[in-house]
Amino acid sequence: MTEERKTIKREDVEYLGKLARIRLTEEEINSFAVEFGKILEYVSSLAVLDTGDAGPARGTGRKDGPVRADRTEKSMDREEILANAPEKTDRFFKVPKII
Amino acid sequence: MDILSLTIGRIADMVRKREISCLEICERFLDAVKERDGEINCYLHVNDKILEEAKASDSRLAGGGSPRALEGVPVAVKDNICVRQMPATCASRMLENFVPPYDATVIERLRDQGALILGKTNMDEFAFGSSTESSAFFTTRNPFDITRVPGGSSGGSAAAVGARLCMGALGSDTGGSIRQPAAFCGIVGFKPSYGVVSRYGLIAFASSLDQIGPMTRDVMDSCIIMNVISGRDSRDSTCLDYDPPDYTRFLREDLKGIRIGVPVEYFPSGIEDSVREKVQDAIRAAESLGAEVEEISLPHTGYGIAVYYIVATAEASSNLARFDGVKYGYRTPSHENLLEMYMNTRGEGFGREVKRRIMMGTYVLSSGYYDAYYRKAEKVRSLIRKDFEEAFRKVDVIFTPATPEVPFRIGEKKADPLKMYLSDIFTANVNLAGLPAITLPVGYSGKLPVGLQVIAPFLREDMLFKSASAIENHFRHTS
Repeated sequence: MTEERKTIKREDVEYLGKLARIRLTEEEINSFAVEFGKILEYVSSLAVLDTGDAGPARGTGRKDGPVRADRTEKSMDREEILANAPEKTDRFFKVPKII
Repeated sequence: MDILSLTIGRIADMVRKREISCLEICERFLDAVKERDGEINCYLHVNDKILEEAKASDSRLAGGGSPRALEGVPVAVKDNICVRQMPATCASRMLENFVPPYDATVIERLRDQGALILGKTNMDEFAFGSSTESSAFFTTRNPFDITRVPGGSSGGSAAAVGARLCMGALGSDTGGSIRQPAAFCGIVGFKPSYGVVSRYGLIAFASSLDQIGPMTRDVMDSCIIMNVISGRDSRDSTCLDYDPPDYTRFLREDLKGIRIGVPVEYFPSGIEDSVREKVQDAIRAAESLGAEVEEISLPHTGYGIAVYYIVATAEASSNLARFDGVKYGYRTPSHENLLEMYMNTRGEGFGREVKRRIMMGTYVLSSGYYDAYYRKAEKVRSLIRKDFEEAFRKVDVIFTPATPEVPFRIGEKKADPLKMYLSDIFTANVNLAGLPAITLPVGYSGKLPVGLQVIAPFLREDMLFKSASAIENHFRHTS
């Protein structure tokens, strides 16, 4: 039996980091490339499984979730919410200049 | 009598009869935490106002208020569940300073029934792990052997119950995160059917798999907590429109008429001998209690972990996009523009396993790979669910080992993510199928506990608690 080794290149890891908005160190890029290779090899067992006419799983329960009336309710306290902001100005979250 | 050794059921009864005050209970537990948590490291945060809260409960009772189901009961809460004005860090630097402005639905319900929150417990960072070693702050130790892990991701809650540093705890279970640590710490851990308990206020990992559940000394305590936390919630649209039963009325001493399935796939050659033996003892005990035991097959079992890691990381990559350094949590000091702010914040704020899983999830959802990984995994998930449905046409409940092994040593699996992922091999499929399952101690291997898992059909918690309580009762009287 030939063993096909799944590999993932350093560039692929760097690209994924960009997609996921995560800055990676050189060390992380190198070790993730090796680890992802092993994990992808493991999950590739699914590729050879014939799923017949099985559709993708949808929902988990038998019953549909309930819907609620769209009514205005008292929300959380603004000060308490803003107390968690890394940076704020007046009553707003502050972010780096965009335009 | 030591207060620490009592169950919730017993202490609630004593409070009702005014044999003990809420203050006495909480003082005893707070002292125990001060004495022993330096060694076990369960708690990330201890509620310094609990004695005042206990006094308020006592005054309410003295003023003629009637005792509620959890009056004065000190409960520990996993740190990914929001408790107003207590930190909720998810054991991550990313949320180190986050203090939620609201209570999760389960917390509101615990408080309404008189429970007091003793503290927030350690976990794997964002619940990504099976040993609590990926916490950004410290590793929790197994109370049975402090050189070993308590399991994870709800390892702090499990160790706190196991070491008697709280009366009961809440955990969350995405692929086994309540049941595996419960088994490792010799306690009872229950994951409800998907949608029975509200997820409002649970910091999401994988929304189609996550459920909150109780971690307790015994099955009765699990039922008592379920009576309080379960039921519909308009703030979680995946929470079922369903009237939960009184779970405590299902407890039994015999198993007459119950058909138990034992799946061959859950006893592979790699499983530890002592685990196999203890679980087989439990199955024989079930027979002696009147159950009919039958060998069954769940043919797609072996694909579970692969499906789980695709589905769970895909959902996690989307759920964790919210940690961007804007509304709460960590923000990097070094950035020139918005994109850099995002990249550096997430690069610096997340730990290694969190990055690894977000990136895996991003990969399986990315253009060109979506069909091969994510869509394929969801199809296999259907097959796994169908296996259970077919099995449950023949049997009422399924018995399996909770884990393939006894608690492993700290550091033993940390360097090999795949090996760590495989410790959820007996628990993850239950989440993929949305079923209820419980793990309970059924003996020891040396000084380490071994757990049995009981799985029931969707919304058949009655069958599950009947079986678990009869087994528990049997071992209580034979050990």
